Amino acid sequence: MQKISDWGNYPVVEADVSGFDSAEQLRQKLAVPGQVIAFGNGRSYGDASLQKRMLTTRRFNKFLAFDESNGELCCQAGALLSEILDVFVPRGWFLPVTPGTKLITVGGAIAADVHGKNHHVDGSFGQHILSMDVMRNDGSVVTCSPTKHAEFFAVTVGGMGLTGMILNATFRLKRIESAYIVEETVKAANLHEIMDCFEASMDWTYSVAWIDCLAKGDSMGRSIMMRGEHARDADLIKPAHKSAPLALKPGLPLAVPFRFPNFALNPLTMNAFNFAYYNKFRSGTHRHITNYNTFFYPLDAIDKWNRIYGKRGFTQYQFVIPKEAGREGMEKILKRITESGLGSFLAVLKLFGKQESFISFPMEGYTLALDFPISQKAMDLFKELDAMVADYGGRLYLAKDSRMDAAMFEKTYPNAAEFKRAVAMLNEGETRFASLQSNRLGITS
Amino acid sequence: MKNVLILGATSDMAQAIAKKFAAEGWSLSLAALEPEMLETIAADLRIRSSAPVEAYPFNATDFESHAAFYASLKTKPDVVVAAFGYMSDQEKVRNDLADIRRTIDINFTGMATMLSVIADDFEKRGSGAIAAISSVAGDRGRQSNYIYGSAKAGLTVFLSGLRNRLARKGVHVMTVKPGFVRTKMTEGLELPGILTAEPEQVAKAVYKGLEKKRNMVYVLWMWRCIMLMIRHIPEFIFKKMGM
Ligand SMILES: Cc1cc2nc3c(=O)[nH]c(=O)nc-3n(C[C@H](O)[C@H](O)[C@H](O)COP(=O)(O)OP(=O)(O)OC[C@H]3O[C@@H](n4cnc5c(N)ncnc54)[C@H](O)[C@@H]3O)c2cc1C
Ligand SMILES: NC(=O)c1ccc[n+]([C@@H]2O[C@H](COP(=O)([O-])OP(=O)(O)OC[C@H]3O[C@@H](n4cnc5c(N)ncnc54)[C@H](OP(=O)(O)O)[C@@H]3O)[C@@H](O)[C@H]2O)c1
Repeated sequence: MQKISDWGNYPVVEADVSGFDSAEQLRQKLAVPGQVIAFGNGRSYGDASLQKRMLTTRRFNKFLAFDESNGELCCQAGALLSEILDVFVPRGWFLPVTPGTKLITVGGAIAADVHGKNHHVDGSFGQHILSMDVMRNDGSVVTCSPTKHAEFFAVTVGGMGLTGMILNATFRLKRIESAYIVEETVKAANLHEIMDCFEASMDWTYSVAWIDCLAKGDSMGRSIMMRGEHARDADLIKPAHKSAPLALKPGLPLAVPFRFPNFALNPLTMNAFNFAYYNKFRSGTHRHITNYNTFFYPLDAIDKWNRIYGKRGFTQYQFVIPKEAGREGMEKILKRITESGLGSFLAVLKLFGKQESFISFPMEGYTLALDFPISQKAMDLFKELDAMVADYGGRLYLAKDSRMDAAMFEKTYPNAAEFKRAVAMLNEGETRFASLQSNRLGITS
Repeated sequence: MKNVLILGATSDMAQAIAKKFAAEGWSLSLAALEPEMLETIAADLRIRSSAPVEAYPFNATDFESHAAFYASLKTKPDVVVAAFGYMSDQEKVRNDLADIRRTIDINFTGMATMLSVIADDFEKRGSGAIAAISSVAGDRGRQSNYIYGSAKAGLTVFLSGLRNRLARKGVHVMTVKPGFVRTKMTEGLELPGILTAEPEQVAKAVYKGLEKKRNMVYVLWMWRCIMLMIRHIPEFIFKKMGM
């Protein structure tokens, strides 16, 4: 038994945690009856990969095949995106989709159907899966793809590990000429400006904005958009970049050595941080060359940054609301958040493109994500926010959630009932895939 | 291109060590008991790097086969890393004859027979390096782990003797005592965070130790101090400590 939690350090559970090296070993572990869930790298924030019995996939991380002619990679589900980047960026390949941390597994990327800054162009991670093998609760293995066992494939992508253990997956990496990004930063004075900016940036491959969610009144929603493209050879100017366009010097991650005391975070310190961040950028639009780590993974540079939230832990509130409701809805919700003064220094805004999938989070519209230290006040606020999000036809991201109730899930995910039926059917038998989250949301019991 | 032979290549530490050598531009000969797992590991390394990788079946406890195994290698190694090992839950199997024998056969006898073959070849050649993974468990017998510990103690003494024999023959022998490492061997055990290394740290320490021709490598510096103290506790006190 060991104490374990996901990234938000809330909740913490006592669990029997073990790994496996082969499909056969996994089959033997699945022969033990009861509820069980896959644990990737614990970068979901809440309880999506927690359970009394957890199977970690990190040792199951081998690359199985790579086709240099078209970038097709087949790897076991425990491989980290960072391992893929370390191996393939120097050879001129990049991930088709990446979230804001590279420290997640391929299995976690599929199960949560993660999105990146290019969602409006390239969709979610799951949309790039050509084929995958999944072990069911009875130990049988299903090879599925968008055309083969298509229904099973559709519930597994975004299915949060409830349909089985993803063993391996095949997807295509994309060609890059350099490890660098041409980045433009645009300063926006308020929410309207930044939304205009998103709508004017649709033909950029990557776009995201950091909002200072403590700015109030006329400057509510003041923010910085970062949009980018993979730098081509011709974009590079510095001789050091030009001579080795695909090589990066490894930087040592800074570490947060211990959990900060809970009082280290208060509106004052957060406000100071926000302000410093905002002023670092000059107004208007600026273009420069940056490397892919700085552009995609700024937070990964600080090892274990989640500890700054102290022992109580934290959660991330991430919702999406449809584009039509966006302006009015986002303004109301953001106003409520800024009034509360409970939010964090990090609020991320992004405009999603269209997505039609069975149970995944993204839909065409605006998504906002920000961290909250766990407190009763924050929990009460979330209830209010839930009601607003649901009213505008939006929903919350399961990969970030640790507290939503079953009613909210059923109301906001159009296929909730069908998903629940499918999971129940797939879980017939002694061993059932279920997380603390899926039990809480009434998907499993 | 230099070649490293890794014995017990399916071990989690060995896998990290193989990646490190591949990244440093070595060619690899991987040897392990379980052919399917070994082939997966070899294929993975071939994708991750441009290093040439050969895979060989190897059983540490098939002592008679060791000379033929070594003769069958397509490339004779410059460096050998012996990582195979076996640890059971002693509280459960204290009096299980088969388990006692297995513990000694894998951790001690298999190491001694295999490394003796290699030592002869290296001595004849007048070059080469041998790194073997022993354990701090072999530094002092503790009630919870003394069967495994004594097999590792045997290995540690064997290695120091081998070092003594080969030092003047241009052959480097290195004893690795990694402390706690997060691998499948220690899965489910409650390990103290700051005293526990990741396999990648072991790999780095082994590679660096070989470069610097160290005799003894502890991965985390704290272990050197801890073991120094533990070795110096008088027996009449130590015996009452029940560690
Ligand atoms: C700093 C930071 C930034 C982030 N940015 C983004 C972002 O921009 N976009 C985004 O979409 N997400 C983002 N996330 C969330 C993260 O990408 C997801 O939570 C992801 O699922 C985590 O993957 P993991 O490997 O850590 O899996 P875990 O967190 O351990 O598990 C996540 C889910 O996947 C399931 N799972 C894991 N492996 C398997 C498997 N082999 N088979 C079946 N099910 C499996 C688990 O059961 C669980 O339901 C961010 C997280 C952090 C910490
Ligand atoms: N983990 C620790 O905290 C720790 C601390 C100090 C020392 N050590 C030592 O470090 C070394 C590496 O261990 P590890 O932690 O990486 O554990 P591991 O992953 O369990 O590795 C042990 C390896 O030894 C192999 N092996 C067992 N019997 C064998 C045989 N008869 N022939 C060939 N190979 C055999 C195993 O192969 P199969 O899986 O196919 O059986 C396995 O790959 C071991 O010598 C161990 O004693 C470990």
